[in-house]
Amino acid sequence: MTLTLIERSLPTPKAADLLGLTREIAAGELLPRADIDEEAARFPRDVLRLLGSAGLMSLPFPEEFGGGGQPYAVYLQVLEEISRAWLSVGISVSVHGLATYPVAVAGTRAQQDEWLPFMLSGEALGAYCLSEPQSGSDAAALATRAQLDGDTYVVSGTKAWITHGGVADFYSVMVRTSDNGHRGISCLLVPADSPGLCSAPPERKMGANASRTAAMILDGVRVPVGRRIGDEGTGFPIALSALDAGRLGIAACAVGLAQAALDASVSYARQRQQFGRPISEVQGIQFMLADMATQVSAARGLYLDAARRKDAGLTYSREAAMAKLFATDAAMRITTDAVQIHGGHGYTRDFPVERYFREAKVLQIVEGTNQVQRIVIGRDLTR
Amino acid sequence: MKIAVCVKQVPDTWAEKRLKPEDSTLDRESAEGVLNELDEYAVEEALRLIEAQGGEVVVVSMGPERAGETIRKALSMGADAGIHIVDDALHGSDAIATSAALAKALEGRGFDLILFGSESTDARMSVVPAMVAERLGLPQLTFAQKVEVDGSTVRIERQAEYGYDSIEASAPVVVSVVEKINEPRYPSFKGIMAAKKKPVDTLTVADLGLEPVTVGLAAAWSAVDEFAARPPKAAGTVIADDGAGGVKIADYLSQQKFI
Repeated sequence: MTLTLIERSLPTPKAADLLGLTREIAAGELLPRADIDEEAARFPRDVLRLLGSAGLMSLPFPEEFGGGGQPYAVYLQVLEEISRAWLSVGISVSVHGLATYPVAVAGTRAQQDEWLPFMLSGEALGAYCLSEPQSGSDAAALATRAQLDGDTYVVSGTKAWITHGGVADFYSVMVRTSDNGHRGISCLLVPADSPGLCSAPPERKMGANASRTAAMILDGVRVPVGRRIGDEGTGFPIALSALDAGRLGIAACAVGLAQAALDASVSYARQRQQFGRPISEVQGIQFMLADMATQVSAARGLYLDAARRKDAGLTYSREAAMAKLFATDAAMRITTDAVQIHGGHGYTRDFPVERYFREAKVLQIVEGTNQVQRIVIGRDLTR
Repeated sequence: MKIAVCVKQVPDTWAEKRLKPEDSTLDRESAEGVLNELDEYAVEEALRLIEAQGGEVVVVSMGPERAGETIRKALSMGADAGIHIVDDALHGSDAIATSAALAKALEGRGFDLILFGSESTDARMSVVPAMVAERLGLPQLTFAQKVEVDGSTVRIERQAEYGYDSIEASAPVVVSVVEKINEPRYPSFKGIMAAKKKPVDTLTVADLGLEPVTVGLAAAWSAVDEFAARPPKAAGTVIADDGAGGVKIADYLSQQKFI
């Protein structure tokens, strides 16, 4: 299987090699399995190990701990190519990055030395636990309680919608260490084998079923103070800053998915004959394809702009929210049109666009709903 | 242990291949060049052997300038060094000339093991490993589905229709491997970066001590007189089952020499 080459603006020959490697693995390992594993709702841990050993699970993190040392503008394009071949795997890579982010950015040197090599090699898979059943968009209302007992926190509560819930090796968990609103939140690193930590059954989702999502239940989990990332009470800013970066990841995932839907539509339109000619020669179809391609390019441009700001050390919160908002809404529109172009076939599981359409929806919801993205953008404009 | 792996750059297995009208040789520009898939198994086997027993893997390839990418690919998988035989005089070489050039490049370098893929996906002759062994006067263990090195004894399982043959020989030895032998690894990002710094020697026909007239298209023992593009896919034959459908299908398969 092959993926058509997208001409990209890449800063270095190194980045071009990296994209080449990504395409090779995507075509050889991801594309052939995506349909089968999605249908079976099978979580592809082996694929993530392979990406880890190829160095693709840790691209934006520092080289000294085993990361790839790549700018976001390169990492995100890798993520886009992965998602183009298999969205669930792209989401996994993005979420693993989100879970690793707190240690990489706010961990002490000792914590980084101890954990980052395992995280960055992909040997240990991470999950990020912020949402709770009663605290979604209002994340600061989280209620999972961490009570200090000597030099150990005793943690109890439920975390909701956890990607890799039950299959991760470590959990970056936001907990309440005091009642002081968002200033009462701290970040703890909880290993998967901690007594009292267990996963609820996986959620029965509309799509992206190879990506495991489950609630995590913490019942008196004991976490040594040495596993707190950052000072007590600084968990919320860490969580939000991880989400800024994570939003860019989801934007790149959405562009990959939208590109896959566009590729499938162009290819179908060229071979589908009606009225004695391929439907790709019908202007009504061409206009749809043109609009789809334009939106894909615009979305790619938006996430790259935000990524370049981040790489340059500029603020990028607003731009990341814009990229996430636009790219995921575009993915929804584009996958909808892809089904339309495929006609009846598009509504069957014999063509991939049916799956793309179901998968697109979740991207408008995760990492902050698109309504929350508008709040972020609006507040930034009017503050 | 010092292992050589001979590799070839071939047009992408998935791509439509074309011959050049002017000299009926492969149009290498028409498709992306990739490391011959079967050679990847040989590279992987070499890497596994040195990971277990220590040693060095040298990748050897004959081909135009851009075949250097293929050597880099093998280096990014983990091989230590490369030898690139590159010379315009080699253009259009047949298997006999190719084996002569490879044998010259390999001889006297102290390789214990010379590994090949069992065939290239473009020419598909499977003769170069045997020819190189013959030219170097070395034993040949071909079509291996398993390779074991025990001191100076090299043992292989040769895939056969009825199972496999066990064959052994003393190193140095030429071995060709089939795809059943292993699962080749992907390069890693770090491997790709490291490969850029690994040494690749380039050798010309003169460096090898070969006479230019003995290699290349003019010296080839076979020639392509003419070629035609594959005819476009024709409509299939529909057989309606009027009670004798099975017989008609059998007749059709028999006409097409399938049965």
